[in-house]
Amino acid sequence: MSDRAADSPSLASRHLLGIEGLRRSEVEAILSLAREYKQSLKEGTPPTPLAGKLVANLFFEDSTRTRSSFEIAAKTLGAKVLNWSPTGSSLSKGETLLDTVRNIDAIGPAALVIRHRSSGAPTLVSRHVRCAVINAGDGVHEHPSQALLDAFTLQDRLGSLEGKKVLILGDILNSRVARSNIHCLRLLGVRVIVSGPPTLMPAGIESLGCELVADFRTVLASLDALITLRVQRERQTDSFLPSMREYAARWGIGPALAGKLKPGAVILHPGPVNRGVELASEVVDGERSVILEQVSNGLPVRMAILEMYA
Amino acid sequence: MSRPVLIRGGWLIDPVHRINGRRDLLLRDGKVAEVSERALSVANAQVIEAAGLWVLPGLIDLHVHLREPGQENKETIESGSRAAVAGGFTAMVAMPNTHPVNDNAMVTHFVRRRAEQVGLCRIFPAGAITKGLSGEELAEIGDLVAAGCVCLTDDGRPVMNAGLMRHALQYAREFGIPVMGHEEDLSLAGDGSINEGPTATRLGLSPIPRSAEVAMVARDLVLAEETAGRLHLAHLSCEQSVELVRAAKKRGVAVTAEVTPHHLMLTEEAVLGYDAHAKMNPPLRQERDVAALRDGLADGTLDAIASDHAPHARLDKQVEFDKAANGVIGLETSVPLALDLVWKGVLTPPRFVEVLSAGPAHAFGLPGGQLGPGAPADVTIVDPEARWTIDAGSFFSLARNTPFQGRSVKGRVTHTLVEGRVVFERGTIKERTE
Repeated sequence: MSDRAADSPSLASRHLLGIEGLRRSEVEAILSLAREYKQSLKEGTPPTPLAGKLVANLFFEDSTRTRSSFEIAAKTLGAKVLNWSPTGSSLSKGETLLDTVRNIDAIGPAALVIRHRSSGAPTLVSRHVRCAVINAGDGVHEHPSQALLDAFTLQDRLGSLEGKKVLILGDILNSRVARSNIHCLRLLGVRVIVSGPPTLMPAGIESLGCELVADFRTVLASLDALITLRVQRERQTDSFLPSMREYAARWGIGPALAGKLKPGAVILHPGPVNRGVELASEVVDGERSVILEQVSNGLPVRMAILEMYA
Repeated sequence: MSRPVLIRGGWLIDPVHRINGRRDLLLRDGKVAEVSERALSVANAQVIEAAGLWVLPGLIDLHVHLREPGQENKETIESGSRAAVAGGFTAMVAMPNTHPVNDNAMVTHFVRRRAEQVGLCRIFPAGAITKGLSGEELAEIGDLVAAGCVCLTDDGRPVMNAGLMRHALQYAREFGIPVMGHEEDLSLAGDGSINEGPTATRLGLSPIPRSAEVAMVARDLVLAEETAGRLHLAHLSCEQSVELVRAAKKRGVAVTAEVTPHHLMLTEEAVLGYDAHAKMNPPLRQERDVAALRDGLADGTLDAIASDHAPHARLDKQVEFDKAANGVIGLETSVPLALDLVWKGVLTPPRFVEVLSAGPAHAFGLPGGQLGPGAPADVTIVDPEARWTIDAGSFFSLARNTPFQGRSVKGRVTHTLVEGRVVFERGTIKERTE
């Protein structure tokens, strides 16, 4: 373990299963380490504290960008990377999740980075392996690295997040990004507001510490940031929404609504964007959009996560 | 004939005969021979000293999954019988969702024959409402009843087709047996895993709204009233379901209802940490539901505590939460958990006895449920003061899937007698010795 990680506060858990349960000091330590990595990446001289270690990427669900981001992060830190995906693997032969991860654990990785379509899968795995488990997105539960890179991006643009106001807009019900963002932003002192179609708003969302507004237009002008979420076409066939067209008309952000944001306020999206649905093309490519910064910040943030946990 | 059994000096609670006091109980030839306030002395009798113990009519569990035939790795009629008598149950109703399904007389006969071979407790088979539990065509109900089925249910699945459920209630009325409703509207339950609320939201688990149960309870109460059929509602979990049953009973609808120990004791928060042992259908709900179920049980709206004993192999639960099997085992924990409601002041001791004996017996027209002279000599003896810790490792059931592991409880079954024979005594199963 590097000196810098040794300087950081001890971790409450050896696994990163979600933002919920983290202390503010832990989140701040990850973000501050990520800031150092961003600088050293710019200078072209990042340290390699994971040299000689193995990081296993287990992506039970497809995800090109998160998997690539973790892979590059691990390699940049000097680690070897094992990329495992269910195609052609033992999973299709009926092996259970626990048998699969126990077998990979036996190879001796320092960390398992897991993406899985079932909420709670990384939590289950963490009880049965010796190495660290890093949740790279589980079902609609949490996506902690996304929330950390969103917070990192917001800090880049807004400075301290204490007292800032952020709206998360869209399909909250089916979003692990929303849940992790609510926990993470709350820890950092942000006032978090959620809004979206009533059929896609989970019951008791306020119990996570956010406010619910019916008409997001009423709060637009007071926001420091707007996080929009991907809406999937299945929501139409499953009768949660009449049509993508109507979603775009009522909850999509076009240039007129984006113009109501105050100066300096930014727009985020975890990607991939449905242009013309969550965000109009002009907004995706517009000056308030920090979507590509989110992607590039993913690297130093995931490097920081890997150094802290692997 | 076997020797008479004298249970001496115990505290006998028999709500049917309004007895709640010290009595000697004499069993002879498989029947209750005498209940006496005076001390009895019978030559040649096998004596059970019961001073300080509660002597109760044999307990009856209306809702048990024995898994045989078909899934004998989870439970068998033999292991389930051992679990039952160890838990104080002298009779139980075996659900038909076996492989093959008990939707025909051959399977019914098989279950009854296996039960007789095991010979520990009474097992009453429940037959399917529809062939193969498909919800599409009525099973041969007349045959099932003639073979010994005491109720009809597609338990584990609802009868989504209201017209078919109406016919089932009408047709079963002819045979005088109840139709047991597994109340779950699948279009509302969807792919849900736990109750809709803050816990589902926090854990990112698909929610099951209360309406999935309540709308079906309402539908079936309307159908029962219209057809004058006998309806029994399985494992109710929602406040509004209790209210609907209460109102229906006032209107004179022929309905009975059961509730499980887990729905009386736990809320959705038991799932936190993705504990698959707390995953069941219907799901655990919230405090207000628990309070309403307890009130309903105390005031007679709900007739019975039934365990919905649902054994699963270890692997069925050690998987991703959304893929984990539904259900918990209950035969060996129902009595101490129900007693907890007595210690909490929710149930009086006689009401505790009633919801585990006379209530279920009456709901399905089963023998027993009381200890009047001539009644079956089915008796459960409980030490109300015994403190112990629930440990699935020591269960007689083949399964270990309980959310109550490690819970400290007060009150333990010491003896179980079926037809005048001691089948369980202080931790030991008493096999037949002929």
